[in-house]
Amino acid sequence: MTTSNQNKNADQSRRNFITGSFAAAGVAVAPGIFLIQTAGASKPLDQEASKKNRWGILIDTSKEVDWDKCVEACNNEHGLENDKISRPDQKTQYIRVVEVTNKTTGYSKQLPVMCQHCEHPPCVDVCPTGASMKREDGIVLVDRHRCIGCRYCMMACPYKARSFVHETLKDQREATPRGKGCVESCNMCVGRVDAGLQPACVEVSNGAMVFGDLNDPESEISKLLKKQNTKQIRADLKLNTGVRYKGI
Amino acid sequence: MKKLHYLEIKGESAGFYGLLAGLIGIILIGLGASYYMEHNGHWVTGMNNQVIWGMPHVFAIFLIVAASGALNVASISSAFDKKVYKPLARLSGLLAIALLVGGLAVLLLDLGRPDRLIIAMTIFNFKSIFTWNIFLYTGFIGIVALYLWTMLDRPYNHLTKPMGIAAFIWRLILTAGTGSIFGFLIAREAYDTAILAPMFIIMSFSFGLAFYLLVLLASYKYTERKLGDYIVNRLKNLFGVFIAAVLFMVVIYHVTFLYSSEHQDISAFILAKGGVYTGLFWFVQILLGSIVPLIIIYSPTFNNNRSMLVLAASLVILGGFAQLYVIIIGGQAYPIDLFPGYTVTSAFSDGIVAPYTPSLPEFLLGFAGVAITLFMVTFAIRLLRFLPESLEDEIANPHYAD
Repeated sequence: MTTSNQNKNADQSRRNFITGSFAAAGVAVAPGIFLIQTAGASKPLDQEASKKNRWGILIDTSKEVDWDKCVEACNNEHGLENDKISRPDQKTQYIRVVEVTNKTTGYSKQLPVMCQHCEHPPCVDVCPTGASMKREDGIVLVDRHRCIGCRYCMMACPYKARSFVHETLKDQREATPRGKGCVESCNMCVGRVDAGLQPACVEVSNGAMVFGDLNDPESEISKLLKKQNTKQIRADLKLNTGVRYKGI
Repeated sequence: MKKLHYLEIKGESAGFYGLLAGLIGIILIGLGASYYMEHNGHWVTGMNNQVIWGMPHVFAIFLIVAASGALNVASISSAFDKKVYKPLARLSGLLAIALLVGGLAVLLLDLGRPDRLIIAMTIFNFKSIFTWNIFLYTGFIGIVALYLWTMLDRPYNHLTKPMGIAAFIWRLILTAGTGSIFGFLIAREAYDTAILAPMFIIMSFSFGLAFYLLVLLASYKYTERKLGDYIVNRLKNLFGVFIAAVLFMVVIYHVTFLYSSEHQDISAFILAKGGVYTGLFWFVQILLGSIVPLIIIYSPTFNNNRSMLVLAASLVILGGFAQLYVIIIGGQAYPIDLFPGYTVTSAFSDGIVAPYTPSLPEFLLGFAGVAITLFMVTFAIRLLRFLPESLEDEIANPHYAD
């Protein structure tokens, strides 16, 4: 009688098939896991930001870059420039290009300035409702549901990084809730960071901006910061910013 | 000696009702202006991303600073036992509450999201001086209300002194808190100084007493009640000391800033290079707001001249507005120095003195705050016994000799 033998063979063949499938799946998935780690570890949405990370950006101002492209990428990402009736001095800016000229030598260069994501942010200290907040991982942002529009954080920011929405807005991006009467600023593209991506400005900077985890000594940004001299804008204020500059 | 007797004002004349109607009109216009700004958004105002706080805040902070100063007369009578000021204490407490309510109304109506006020009243960040101010301001109203109760209600008169001391300490902390709104800021050169807290306290003495003098003189004139020279001269002399003290603070502020190369630029901006801010500082704040009133107060030519005293008090208030305009608006207009030693330009107003022109809705909202204060005072002195029926020398002067 061959039935039991046939059954045994069928069983074995099924087992082999199942094992082989798992193996193949494992081989297929494994490289993907490594890829995610390199990009910056996307975290599940219900997991809180952690103190283990401190996100930062290193900006190399000596590189030849059209910084306006970074401004454009930011505007597109967050749906800015829909404040049409505000005067130019009232329009929102998250990142701006600044031209600095040495008063005595005449040396001049351009560089991008945005929210510096300070470790000790004055804007968070002064906010009466806690709408201006710092996440555990160092990103400073505004909770648009709590902001009462008092603008005290705008007074307190040493980098003039914050803007106030002066008019009723339409066509906001879903990931960046913006509304009349609230204060806003660069939030290091927090939604993209949580999805394992880089901030929009960094992505188009052609390598001049490097984003990463300042707390991870093996990250590219930490290695660059260790190798070369970098500065913080208004370092004398001792705010320990997350945004660092090379070449200023 | 004649006896002191408090009495409600008659409040029956056409003038009285006309005043109330006029004040309500100004309040309604101001509320309309506030709605216009909130509904359309702040693009209709002169405020922008550089000059963040504008004319409404100048009015609001003036009223709030004057509020704690208006309580001085009552504090001196209760906490420091100067009996000559006791008849004036009730009006002092009333004016303090009215000024604070007026100032707070303007402040709250200028918020970007005034509909979210409930969030500010229930969720607190205790590192923010704004949060402390919420408690200080509402607490002030409560404490002064209780203080007034001890004065108005005979069985509680014995509690006037402890309440007076509590109110005095509270108002000092409150005004220090108001000055610290700016003094705690490291971002802007005009504000990065600890002197702002005590300076605001001294400013409150001067502005509060100026407002008090105007309300006192007007109330007695238009109700045709007697107000003797003795009490007016005591207040006038006190007033002169306060004006001089503010001048002293301003001198210290600028001399200290000018001394260091780090801070001299902001002082040079205000004193010489600031255009409209320089003009307001020298012509309105110093000349009209300090020197001319001091001349009026201390010159023997103007002894017992009530109209000149009214002029002096009005000029001090005008000078006070100018002082707050220079501090609040000028301090914001002056560019933030991101890179010392470098000029900075951008498409976003870096490196330039930010332009600011106050818009009409901002003024209207500010006037509404003043109108709320005056309405509350006018209404209250009709309702309750805040004003002595007569303050002639025979009643007011404890050393009066027949």
